[in-house]
Amino acid sequence: MTHLQTTSRGARLYRWALALAGVAGLIAFAMTTHAASAATTCASPGGAKGPGTNAKVVGFIYVGSKTDYGYNQAAAAGAKALQKQCPKIKILEADTVPETSDMTRAAEQMIGQGAKVIFSTSYGYKDFAVGLAKKHKDVVFLQQGNFITPPVPENANTYFGNVYETVYLAGIAAGKATKSNKLGFVAAFPIPQTLLNINAFELGAQSVNPKVKTYTVFTGNWCDPGKQASAAKSLLSSGADVLTQHQDCTSTVIKATEAAKKYSVGYHSNAAALAPKGWLTGSEWNWGPLYGAMFSNIESGKFSGGAFNTNYTLGFASKAIPSPMRLAPYGPSVKPATKSKIATAQKKILAGASPFTGPIYDQKGKVQVAKGKKATAKQISSMSYLVKGVVGNIPK
Amino acid sequence: MLITILAGAVAGGTSILYAALGETISERAGVINVGTEGTMLVGALASVAVTVETGNAWLGVLAGAGAGAALAGVFAIVTIWRGGNQLAAGLALMFLALGLTSLYGASYVGGNVDGFDEVKLPLLGSLPVLGKVLFRHDVLVYISYAVVPAVWWLLFRSRWGLLLRTAGERPETLLAYGVSPARVRTVAVITGGAFAGVGGAQLALALALSWSEGMTAGRGFIAVALVIFGAWRPLQVMAGAYLFGASITLGSVLQVNGVEVNQFFLDALPYVLTIVVLVVLVRRQRQYAPEALGQPL
Repeated sequence: MTHLQTTSRGARLYRWALALAGVAGLIAFAMTTHAASAATTCASPGGAKGPGTNAKVVGFIYVGSKTDYGYNQAAAAGAKALQKQCPKIKILEADTVPETSDMTRAAEQMIGQGAKVIFSTSYGYKDFAVGLAKKHKDVVFLQQGNFITPPVPENANTYFGNVYETVYLAGIAAGKATKSNKLGFVAAFPIPQTLLNINAFELGAQSVNPKVKTYTVFTGNWCDPGKQASAAKSLLSSGADVLTQHQDCTSTVIKATEAAKKYSVGYHSNAAALAPKGWLTGSEWNWGPLYGAMFSNIESGKFSGGAFNTNYTLGFASKAIPSPMRLAPYGPSVKPATKSKIATAQKKILAGASPFTGPIYDQKGKVQVAKGKKATAKQISSMSYLVKGVVGNIPK
Repeated sequence: MLITILAGAVAGGTSILYAALGETISERAGVINVGTEGTMLVGALASVAVTVETGNAWLGVLAGAGAGAALAGVFAIVTIWRGGNQLAAGLALMFLALGLTSLYGASYVGGNVDGFDEVKLPLLGSLPVLGKVLFRHDVLVYISYAVVPAVWWLLFRSRWGLLLRTAGERPETLLAYGVSPARVRTVAVITGGAFAGVGGAQLALALALSWSEGMTAGRGFIAVALVIFGAWRPLQVMAGAYLFGASITLGSVLQVNGVEVNQFFLDALPYVLTIVVLVVLVRRQRQYAPEALGQPL
């Protein structure tokens, strides 16, 4: 059930955008020598050599539907943004591609049609992408999420955003909005990424409300709306008045929360339309700038051995490229005082502070990050505990 | 906590209840449709598609019933009129439905569906305990309260029910009586399919308010097992559906209350329960099952 589609070339208007982007690119190039410049080079400058250069066709592979109001739609929006920046390239998309050899087949088909750059946007595609990278040395494989054990092939990478930073900020909004001091979190699986989000949410809320607790339910499925509904109802009836989640499909929990006249903090996308009254804010993907930056880096022939040719992560503190995760617009009930608290916290993170700055205690009261210390990249990427204040347990 | 589990049992059990009632009707006439999982999925997708396109959730429920009936109609043609094996045909149709719904449902995944909201019934909804457990649900739950006794009456007190049960016990008697057992079975199977379709519609339009591929997540199979558990009697089937609904809800309620349990075990509970039911109640199955169940005419 793989649908290969071709995104139409941009309208003439975009030529103007291209011209503007070109000018902006020149200015940016003049101002910074940072390899990962935010401006987009859409075509290889004369003589640029290396994997992925002279790309006229770019492929995007998604695990779910491009219209899921979630993770995959956000990636597809990034593809659209890239098309806008580079109207002359042809973008091929394949969605609902399982994390199996189907991914290899979809990629091979795209390479057969001339694709030089493949965005492999699902966590579980990694091994297939690495395998393809060994076979097609002239094609660059960009793997969204996951981790390639070094050495990273010179024509591949992984990239992701520090999602927990926005989740922490959204936690501040939740900590301020709650009246019962009970927040609810509908999670799927206890993987490090999810535990990070739960912890960041609780820590953000605690930073403005020391009494607040986050009640967590794992559903054991990325998208089982029936189970999401019962998780949301259990949380709501136990008194939780702000619900958030880490699920692939998000509408069921948000709608159940709105129906109960409680507050929602979203994930993946701006779902304010589903909760006109209870929407606080949320974490929203914004892949366009990073996709553009990586593409132009490839076209300028600097990818191999360059800034992106690694397990690349970036957050708010990144200056050259905006973080791929941003805070969604605020709902009507968020007070100005809350907004300014969030703005202050965001500034601190921009200046290099981490939401995971010690002392951080786990549920049993054991110190996980010492006082005054920042959690290391390894502590972040291998998180295996829930912080004090989270109610719920990690299945063993 | 107990009230939450019981209320969740009713909310989560209703989609299974509709499907199991449909299966009861079908099996009482002598036809096992193990493809109920697929029938529910088709009903769920049709109900979401029609609700999104027309903005009317009632039309969505009708579409769900219609789609379920149509798929069951195909099953009836294969098994009753062409003599195909019931188990094989049921499984084949289920996989067909799984594939078709994920193909044609892709554009509805995660989208906004304006389905049925919870309605607190006046007076009844304010009753202590019972009000919270039974009378603060969506309208399809309330309809199911009336449908259960109606199905019982139809099966055990009406002439139609007598013919239907005869088709499941001694189809040859019907022939002597001048009624075609094949026709009776066909009507029963299609009715059963419509019920399963409504079950899917309740799951998508009332419980989840969304569509995603494979969203029935085994509820159709539970429904088939439940009919044995309920000894082919609507009231017992209802009790069983709520028991399964409770086991689905239990996991999240216990986690919310900080009880240290492994939720992956709890997730497996409904299916463990299904297996236990099938194993323990084998004797019951022999005792209560319609005599000509699963037998071609």
